[in-house]
Amino acid sequence: MATSGTTRGAPGLDVDGMLDDPGIRVIVCCGAGGVGKTTTAAALGLRAAERGRRVVVLTIDPARRLAQSMGLRELDNTPQPVPGADPAGGGSLDAMMLDMKRTFDEVIEAHASPDKAEQILTNPFYQALSSSFAGTQEYMAMEKLGQLRARADADPASWDLIVVDTPPSRSALDFLDAPQRLGSFLDGRLIRLIAAPAKVGGRAYLKVVSVAMNGATGALSKLLGGQILLDLQAFVAALDTVFGGFRERADRTYQLLQAEGTAFLVVAAPAPDALREASYFVERLAQERMPLAGLVLNRVTTAHAAELSAGRALDAAEDLDDDDGHALAAGLLRLHADRMQRREREQTLAARFTGAHPAVRIAQVPARPSDVHDLDGLRDIGVSLSTG
Amino acid sequence: MPHDDDPGDTGRNDWDGVRLHVVTGKGGTGKTTVAAALALALASGGARTLLAEVEGRQGIAALFDVPPLPYEERKIAVAPGGGDVFALSVEPKAALMEYLDLFYRLGRAGKVLERVGAIDFATTIAPGLRDVLLTGKAYEAVRRRGRTGPVYDAVVLDAPPTGRIGRFLNVNEQVAGLAKVGPIHTQAESIMTLLRSRATVVHLVTVLEEMPVQETQDAVEELRAANLRVGGIVVNMVRDPVLPDPALDAAARGDLDHRAVAESLDAAGLAGRGGRASATGAARVTRLTAGLLAEAAEHTTRLEVEAVQREQLSTLERPTYEIPAVAGGIDLGALYDLAEQLADQGMSSGR
Repeated sequence: MATSGTTRGAPGLDVDGMLDDPGIRVIVCCGAGGVGKTTTAAALGLRAAERGRRVVVLTIDPARRLAQSMGLRELDNTPQPVPGADPAGGGSLDAMMLDMKRTFDEVIEAHASPDKAEQILTNPFYQALSSSFAGTQEYMAMEKLGQLRARADADPASWDLIVVDTPPSRSALDFLDAPQRLGSFLDGRLIRLIAAPAKVGGRAYLKVVSVAMNGATGALSKLLGGQILLDLQAFVAALDTVFGGFRERADRTYQLLQAEGTAFLVVAAPAPDALREASYFVERLAQERMPLAGLVLNRVTTAHAAELSAGRALDAAEDLDDDDGHALAAGLLRLHADRMQRREREQTLAARFTGAHPAVRIAQVPARPSDVHDLDGLRDIGVSLSTG
Repeated sequence: MPHDDDPGDTGRNDWDGVRLHVVTGKGGTGKTTVAAALALALASGGARTLLAEVEGRQGIAALFDVPPLPYEERKIAVAPGGGDVFALSVEPKAALMEYLDLFYRLGRAGKVLERVGAIDFATTIAPGLRDVLLTGKAYEAVRRRGRTGPVYDAVVLDAPPTGRIGRFLNVNEQVAGLAKVGPIHTQAESIMTLLRSRATVVHLVTVLEEMPVQETQDAVEELRAANLRVGGIVVNMVRDPVLPDPALDAAARGDLDHRAVAESLDAAGLAGRGGRASATGAARVTRLTAGLLAEAAEHTTRLEVEAVQREQLSTLERPTYEIPAVAGGIDLGALYDLAEQLADQGMSSGR
């Protein structure tokens, strides 16, 4: 049995308590790239489902084999039942992968008349916006979360828990900021200025605005070429009916994130960069009054012979070196020492995090010798989450 | 693995003629570390390199243990054998203002753009423009000339992670398509020409785990489809083998000799004062033996995963460089060491 290294002084995170609490309706997994966010979200979803919750997991960009293990095909964008999740506890598990372009298209289709929608969807500027603009993925992830929540509220038989994975952003904070940024851009002054300068401001401002405007469009068209402005103007004109909606939707999702039924889990690996990012995140969540449940520390090194320290193991290995008959044991002892040293460094990093954030509850998940590609692997991680 | 053990090696350089080294990799694989080591390696022996980061994370400053970098090129290290490494953290807003001023003489219009929010738009929301600016800065640094020739012998770009690298490097093509005429169009086309030329390569950093290797393969495919030249594969955090080969084989088969290990542990005094003759000593040795064997079994599983991943990487048919895991985190000494290892394996000439 692997001894899981407990962080000195850090309170433990009661994962099962969180999963079993019917008041918790949304769990958001966030953190730096490459720390196992998606796997954590999937493992939490499966465990919650098998403990009786009706769960939907929203993943953003899962590794191929993890997606396959959950029965996800390429970007289906609608939740599908996960084959193999045990329904004995009365729960259920659905999962989906985000298709950001389709989600954006659906927002347009839902809010514009069919011919306006057609104009928007074929506009080159819209196509660039919906497929590659920074923040679109974050915005659409939050939009999808809002949609899933609305469906869960409207149909109590659908889901009672949504587990969300967040996009692998430039900065882990992007998913908080991007929706509002993009929302205020789409509803904002610049885009209206470009589209129809006369609509902005009252009469008194008209002159100032139009001077600024001429300067701005002049500069923009010089920079970008006239065509893109025409495309942009056509886009904005067509989008007129949807205006106001973007920002409002972003605000609503933001409020949902602050609400009591939401729990944030910051996911990290025991490495300096990942923990630094986790620290930023914890501070930012506190600032925004977002409810933090705790930190999941993934891929923690454990030892099976933890009672033997690294120093003692190395000394013993050295003692054995003189006799070839002991080469195997010497090798095993060095392997163990290496592992103990890594474990020690990781626990030092974790302790430093706890020193800075003493109230943050931590669940540690031991490193596995190979990646997870099936539900059994996810179940094992679920067990680690609830006992770490 | 290209390896040249001749210590006097001065000639081997897999990337002769390359001026722009783009370094990408999955998050957590150490791409900033590799970019920094490569910049040091390329500078060694009297050259001058620029190490640029574009994600605003101040990863370079953290690595070299200096205060956050301003938007200004400054000398950050001296390479072995003389040679300078300059560093720059490219900040989109400053880069945009610089562009407006320098290329389009739009100083005043730039202020107007700032007032109506266009600058914020360009630098935070529209990566079309944002990434054009970031790649544009690298382009400018590569092309910049002093009195005697190029200011930098090489520019190393600590680029966005593999998941976004194709979009990042290809953005100029998209922008050239959106803005069909005008200076941005021209600029975007020139940048694309440099990125697709023999003077640019994209190196991929990975570790021997499934997901990073899968992402590396996907990125290679994407880069090739976009006509971008794939450089080397840098395998980071490679661990030295600790167990002798026969022991590994036995551990893989699950038949390591329990009794021999227990005897050895006893011989090393690990049973405690009473030796295995005492009940507690015997129990302790049994426990330790079981623990060590379980650790060995996990170790072999891990090595098997690594072997499969190495095999996957070899199908990419790119020069591959391996650098070790650095215990206790990367400091300046470790960076120099990694730079030397990259040079020894032919990633730079290491003059």
